[in-house]
Amino acid sequence: MNRLTETLEGLGSAVILAVRAFASLPKAPRILKRTAEHGYYGGYTTLPIVAILSFFIGSVLALQAGITMKHFGAKQLIGILVGASMARELGPVMVAILLAGRVGSAVTAELASMKVYQEIDALVTMNIPPERLLVLPRLLAVLLLMPVLTIIANLIGWFGGAIVCAHVDFIGVDPTAYFQSIQRYLAVQDILDGLIKAEVFGFVVMLIACTTGLRTRGGPREIGFAVTKSVVVSLISILVLDYFITKALA
Amino acid sequence: MNASIKAPKPIVRVPRDDLSPVRVEVASLSKSFGPQTVLADISLSVAPGEIFTIMGPSGSGKSVLLRHIAGLETPTRGTVTINGQDPQLPATRDRFALALVFQAGALFNSLTVYENLALYPLERRIHSKADIHQRVMRALHILSIEGAAHKLPAELSGGMKKRVAIARALVMEPQLILFDEPTSELDPIMSATIAEIIATLKEQIAITTIVVSHDRDLALTISDRVAILHQGRLRAVEKPAALRQSPDPVIQDFLNPKIDIRHPRFKQLEASHE
Ligand SMILES: Nc1ncnc2c1ncn2[C@@H]1O[C@H](COP(=O)(O)OP(=O)(O)OP(=O)(O)O)[C@@H](O)[C@H]1O
Ligand SMILES: [Mg+2]
Repeated sequence: MNRLTETLEGLGSAVILAVRAFASLPKAPRILKRTAEHGYYGGYTTLPIVAILSFFIGSVLALQAGITMKHFGAKQLIGILVGASMARELGPVMVAILLAGRVGSAVTAELASMKVYQEIDALVTMNIPPERLLVLPRLLAVLLLMPVLTIIANLIGWFGGAIVCAHVDFIGVDPTAYFQSIQRYLAVQDILDGLIKAEVFGFVVMLIACTTGLRTRGGPREIGFAVTKSVVVSLISILVLDYFITKALA
Repeated sequence: MNASIKAPKPIVRVPRDDLSPVRVEVASLSKSFGPQTVLADISLSVAPGEIFTIMGPSGSGKSVLLRHIAGLETPTRGTVTINGQDPQLPATRDRFALALVFQAGALFNSLTVYENLALYPLERRIHSKADIHQRVMRALHILSIEGAAHKLPAELSGGMKKRVAIARALVMEPQLILFDEPTSELDPIMSATIAEIIATLKEQIAITTIVVSHDRDLALTISDRVAILHQGRLRAVEKPAALRQSPDPVIQDFLNPKIDIRHPRFKQLEASHE
């Protein structure tokens, strides 16, 4: 029961936080600069790992598809299999998970520490709403960042698949045929659906990170708990939302 | 670099239309955290332009009282108002600039000292950039911390942090300024400087000031009135002269504690514990 009320409270404060953040947009000074800073930081920290992971995910997808397809003689479909899986599903989900782990956790830790050490109180007495100074630029930054990261993840994943297709003996599909298969069967809508997912996931991850950080109470030990909670709740939300968005877009 | 900053100019100039200092009313304020009652039925009124000092033993609820006046806590019972308005409402804060110097400083740890001071005027778009720079440097100069302008709070000593916190409050050009133990970590000369700054603020712009302090000299020299808070209740609210003459043994003991090595207090406490 306690858990339930706490969850509902958390959800409520997340909604309020988002509304307040966007309501403060017209009065936010230097918002472009701050958004750019957070976007740059987020991209800079997640891009390398996004690149590595998406390369291997694309490779594994191609390998698995190759193993299955060799019984059916449908190797020309490996391209579209990898292409669609990356674009519609694995690209956005993977980027969101990495965002939660790298950026979300850092944001929660920073805001939780500001709360615990009364920096948030100081902002309140200065009548500088934390929603405007701390939350809004991060939400905007993540909305800019997610499509970029997802497109990069897709491209690198496809590329990883192409390399496996060309160099694994029992598959032996040459890159031209592989990419033709993607080009022929992958619709622009597939990519757009993936980007919509990415935007929703990214926004939710950042909102959870900010809400959890700002709701921290007590001493420094709570900062660690807040970070764990932020990441766990983000991961669950990503996968649950993934189901519902996929269903809604189908 | 700072020759031009040395000032007979006022430390603080309020740029708002409404220049008048504010009145603080605390009416039957009580606060409990769970089962613990921290403040019990506090009523007091601080007049515009007054320097009001709150003294009292550690743990008596001084910081909690100050946080209520700053609108950071919700009273369990009773009300706090600033010129009749609730300090918890953003609209009130929009009308009156209110600065709180936190007991622990509460500096923004990821910003430099300079950025800590400049955040408020930049964010509220009060002055031009050059103007803000001048004000920030002047405040740093007055508190002798210009040298630390580009350091991070983590690189400062405790007393330096406290001075940065005070400088940050001065740059806000508030109509109501609340100090939580402004001199607790400072040497005697710096403490005297802080007392002078508080007195000067009152003289020049008649700002309303509430100081929480254990510093008897500061309290009795510059205050218009002093309140003694004891176990969450107001024990006395007096002018400094009257307080010195108070017959109340708690107040006398608090103002003039005698170190008695023959009958030490902790021995009495130990005995009463058994
Ligand atoms: N957020 C809180 N939650 C629970 N109890 C609190 C909280 N803040 C303060 N208290 C309690 O309120 C009492 C008064 O605290 P306060 O900080 O006001 O003391 P103080 O008079 O400022 O003491 P000091 O001179 O040591 O700073 C203490 O017993 C403290 O434990
Ligand atoms: Mg205190």
